Amino acid sequence: MPSSLRTLKVNERARIVSINAGSEISRRLRDMGLVPGTDLQVIGRAPLKDPVALRLRNFTLTLRNNEADFIQVEKLEEDNV
Amino acid sequence: MSNSATIALAGNPNSGKTTLFNAITGARQHVGNYPGITVDRKEGSIQFDDARVNIVDLPGCYSLSAYSQEELVARQVVVEERPDIVVDIVDATKLERHLYLAVQFFELGVPMVLALNMMDEANKQGLQIDRKRLSTLLGCPVVETIARSGQGKQELIREAVGHAKKRGGVWEPLSISYGPDLDPVITQMVDVIEEQRFMTNRYPARWVALKYLEMDDEVMEQGRKLGETADRLEQMVQEVREHCQKTLNTVPSAIIADYRYGLINSILRQGVITHEPTQSERIDFSAKLDTVLTNRFLGPLIMVGILYGMFQTTFTLGEIPMGWLESLFGWLGETAMAIIPPGMFQSLVVSGVIDGVGGVMGFVPLIAIMFLMISALEDSGYMARVAYMLDRALRLFGLHGCSAMPFIISGGIMGGCAVPGVMATRTLRSPKEKLATLLTAPFMPCGAKLPVFLLLIAAFFSENEAQIMFLITLFAWAIALLVSRLLRSTVIKGDPTPFVMELPPYRMPTLRGVLIHTWERVWHYIKKAGTVILAVSILLWAAMTFPGLPDQQLQLFETERQAVATGTVSAEQQATLLEEIDNREGQVRLRHSVAGRIGTMLEPVSKLAGFDWRTNIALVGGFAAKEVIVSTFGTAYSLGEVDPEETESLSSRIATDPAWNQFTALALIVFVLLYAPCFVTVVTMAKESSWRWAIFSTLFNTALGFGFAVLIFQVGTRFFA
Repeated sequence: MPSSLRTLKVNERARIVSINAGSEISRRLRDMGLVPGTDLQVIGRAPLKDPVALRLRNFTLTLRNNEADFIQVEKLEEDNV
Repeated sequence: MSNSATIALAGNPNSGKTTLFNAITGARQHVGNYPGITVDRKEGSIQFDDARVNIVDLPGCYSLSAYSQEELVARQVVVEERPDIVVDIVDATKLERHLYLAVQFFELGVPMVLALNMMDEANKQGLQIDRKRLSTLLGCPVVETIARSGQGKQELIREAVGHAKKRGGVWEPLSISYGPDLDPVITQMVDVIEEQRFMTNRYPARWVALKYLEMDDEVMEQGRKLGETADRLEQMVQEVREHCQKTLNTVPSAIIADYRYGLINSILRQGVITHEPTQSERIDFSAKLDTVLTNRFLGPLIMVGILYGMFQTTFTLGEIPMGWLESLFGWLGETAMAIIPPGMFQSLVVSGVIDGVGGVMGFVPLIAIMFLMISALEDSGYMARVAYMLDRALRLFGLHGCSAMPFIISGGIMGGCAVPGVMATRTLRSPKEKLATLLTAPFMPCGAKLPVFLLLIAAFFSENEAQIMFLITLFAWAIALLVSRLLRSTVIKGDPTPFVMELPPYRMPTLRGVLIHTWERVWHYIKKAGTVILAVSILLWAAMTFPGLPDQQLQLFETERQAVATGTVSAEQQATLLEEIDNREGQVRLRHSVAGRIGTMLEPVSKLAGFDWRTNIALVGGFAAKEVIVSTFGTAYSLGEVDPEETESLSSRIATDPAWNQFTALALIVFVLLYAPCFVTVVTMAKESSWRWAIFSTLFNTALGFGFAVLIFQVGTRFFA
């Protein structure tokens, strides 16, 4: 069941299902490597809980919760905790 | 015979591009990882074998779309200047994402060499990259480099020059399949474009078609000027957009990006990258640091601690060389006084040039140390964390995490300059947030305001220098934020823009990068001191010297002197009396001059804030450049007390002047902090926004500063004196 990226907790992993943003934001997100099928992990949140820091494709990206709302993800099971 | 080649260095931000550029050219160049810093054109040239190689450092960008200024500039340089070769620098540890830009260069068709940078880090992470295979699959030379040590740079240039020669300037655009939904329409569009020769003198036909599908503002704008072919293309795009929306619930640009990443993945999966699993367990150093440095509670505390530590270090370390420079200029003044016979010329050299410029140059060590630390913070990757941590808070005031950078460059942690600060706002995408940042950045305590603060603090609050400086900075931030909130809820209303930013891994800054950057900024300051400030110093000296007193009045002082000389007092008393006459004459002289008249004219108003006519002269000069304020004080006071043996520093003179007290000093500090930006900043603001806003800020800031100054002086002298 896809949910918004915003709902992920720190350290949770997920796969991007779709990005439903306006064309400019969507292009920016894709340029930065956020395309459907990409695996990501939430690695932290700023002191005021927003923006959120993500790890994907071996680099770290931050975006705001508002932008995270555009990204639908599918939670991945923890491999080994 | 020698020949020449032009290499354009391209790459994502944080790919080590600038470091490599420094390593190759040794040129003065900044290594920064936040937006705005390399938008300026950076070039260098080297001799390689028998060829002259020119190197253009393109701004770092993630893509060749028209999202940011950097991307546009990178694209324009490649398309318009047609460099012989593009060297695309990719971070070997982030190959997948960094190749996204490379693929777009391949589609453009420009001859290219790929530099696999940070190979040392890749190896540490257990990544093995089959360079030969990658080279075959991409169809371009691939060179391994380690920019920090300069390893591989010779081979890179050899390959670049060699490949450029081999390709002979021929562009060979790569055709990528974009799937059954887009390929047919791309083919149709290419036919139309080729038939009409639509922009084909600039771009390959397929590239134009793709840019239309991506709804690229710049290309479509250019196209519309060429007439009806543009309409046809736009019509075709419209149809395929509707089709994609209906059948796939997506837009063509998304499909294009997906296919590009798909291509990259398919290349990398063909045995290009192998990963040693044992190493991958290693916990990433940056991630580990981030759990502390951006921690909810510790992060902000550490941030304030780091900034405060910077003040302490700067002031403790800076004091020593500042003393040396002060005595050097003191000695210069005395020497000039001894060599040049008294008169107008001596006055010009000593009061105008040496005192004026000396007052400014004395602060060079301080500024150097401050920049050294800021550069180190930038290059280490910490500055991006500052933006990340502050974004939520800045958004409250209608700003953006990226506003932190212009603020910091303008002097948000002291000692910046509003000119590059205002220029750095161009990376803010929303015109509204940009405008709010641009209008409030000049409130920051820039390097030119520092001397004024230091002077006044030394005179009145010398016990807690660092603390007061820290408070000034906090006050500047408070005002900038509140004014921004005010502007964003009145004259520049609007929604916030997205915050999508890379957090680069922490890196030890390279000494070379930090030194080059620091030297650049210090040199900029010294140049300003040598040119604008020198000119303004001389101008102000003239304004303070002419017109001279009428003969009649001079005669009066002369008579007084004679009376003392022929009087019956002791030699000691005589000297004191003569000095007192000299001082009075100096004061009268200054008051009679053009500057004195302007200052006196403004005095009835400025008195409300406790500023006398001499302060007014300095503040008017400060419109030209804030550095001038201190030098004018220097000139005003040395002209007012003409004792050549006077060795007291300017601050102690002000401290002992009866017209001054703590509240005057505080009011002046606040006024200087807030009032109209200097002329150069105003011009830059006009360039980045419009003259209307630049003038608005001049008037608004002055009114605001004066309001605060009056408040402080009135409340202070009435209730606390």
